[in-house]
Amino acid sequence: MADTAEILSGLAEIVEEVAGIDTAEVTAEKSFVDDLDIDSLSMVEIAVQAEDKFGVKIPDDQLAELKTVGDAVSYIEKNQ
Amino acid sequence: MTDVVVTGYGATTPLGGDAASTWDALLAGKSGVGHTTGEWVEKHDLPVKISAQLAVEPTEVLPRVQARRMDRAEQVAVVAAREAWAHAGLAVEKGEDPKVDPTRLAVIVGTGIGGVTTLLDQDDLLESDGLRKVSPLVVPMLMPNGPAALISLEIGAKGGVHSPASACATGAEAMAWAWRLLKAGEVDVVVAGGAEACIAPITVAGFVQARTLSQRNDAPQQASRPFDTGRDGFVLGEGAGVLVLERREFAEARGATVHGTLAGIGLTSDAYHITGPDPEGGGQGRAMLNAVRTAGLEPSDVGHVNCHATSTVVGDVGEANAIKKALGDHPVLTAPKASMGHLVGGAGAVEGLIALLSVRDGIIPATLNLEDKDPKVDLDVVAGEPRKMELTAAVNNSFGFGGHNASLLFTK
Repeated sequence: MADTAEILSGLAEIVEEVAGIDTAEVTAEKSFVDDLDIDSLSMVEIAVQAEDKFGVKIPDDQLAELKTVGDAVSYIEKNQ
Repeated sequence: MTDVVVTGYGATTPLGGDAASTWDALLAGKSGVGHTTGEWVEKHDLPVKISAQLAVEPTEVLPRVQARRMDRAEQVAVVAAREAWAHAGLAVEKGEDPKVDPTRLAVIVGTGIGGVTTLLDQDDLLESDGLRKVSPLVVPMLMPNGPAALISLEIGAKGGVHSPASACATGAEAMAWAWRLLKAGEVDVVVAGGAEACIAPITVAGFVQARTLSQRNDAPQQASRPFDTGRDGFVLGEGAGVLVLERREFAEARGATVHGTLAGIGLTSDAYHITGPDPEGGGQGRAMLNAVRTAGLEPSDVGHVNCHATSTVVGDVGEANAIKKALGDHPVLTAPKASMGHLVGGAGAVEGLIALLSVRDGIIPATLNLEDKDPKVDLDVVAGEPRKMELTAAVNNSFGFGGHNASLLFTK
């Protein structure tokens, strides 16, 4: 079970790999779409990689609710 | 009617990672053919183990994240377009005003095959790991309009994005449609070209089964030999070529450097056979004559033909006969596929660029490997060394499976 900081850094690595955004930019308050300019196609890739990395399931209706990096970290923490 | 001028060009080919290095390597008599890298060659025990792979990997040039969202055919298209755009002096910094009204700027770039390596790789993933591992980018990576659409994003073109598909004539056909759009005054600038990256097991196997590829595995650099008696098929290549074409008035008003004029075009079809060319060469001849006629010239003005000649037994002789019948026996020929293989949808674009440079610089590259000219080819083909020659007009020919014939006529 990963703790909050581990999930955040793990998620940041995925975002860096998929979208080329520096891990330091991937902080809890950032919106995936508005701040990090990540499109819906890249979000699908990020979700699949996060599922594998943290052993969670992120259904499409949940994915749509994960607006910020912090939302995603909380969701993963609760559901891992 | 306005003239259509060339103000920029770019390429990435088996001979070089840009237009200048490709042209230099061609004039220097170098070959871009070698043994195909990739485990699949041995795995499937294919009888063809050679191809003309890119001199510079596009992933070395493009930013990593941009490259991973593109099929290889899209990568080469974007690399060539970026070079052409900058070469035309049209690239601007972020925030600066564009030098062309985006609604008066179009892209016409095609591919013969499309994103076949993406299709194969992703189908493997679906089989092995299931739906979850399939990339959400599969469709935009394999769609044949992908290269053109990605270029439109790159340069902000809002005047239309078009993707002709006519197999090995695609790149030249793109230029021809650009000429038509510009002549009609619909837009001011067109970024036109062709791209291909289909060196993959299924395409090679398909071409092998159609008996079209050279099997000279022991001497790759001698395998592509258009017009030579020893020719035994073409060598599959990969790469892209892109030209920036403009209405002359627009180019002059912005003070652009003009490298030449696309003075005429001819697009015809054979309606004869799905892969074989009409042995009478009627469609090919009409394409060449249409290019001459639309340029307002006479066949006697055409001093040089950059041939489609792929190094197949039937095709090369058919083209030589069609040239002789349509234009006469005076044009001096060359066949650059001897050096860089057959770039399929990219071929007409890169070879159109070469014909343009021949007119501009007054020099025709030699046809590599032409040691014993087929006696059925009764025309002057440059061999050995490049030939210096002042040219009024040069024609580039590209013909494709499906009976497509495209001829472009360049003047200074």
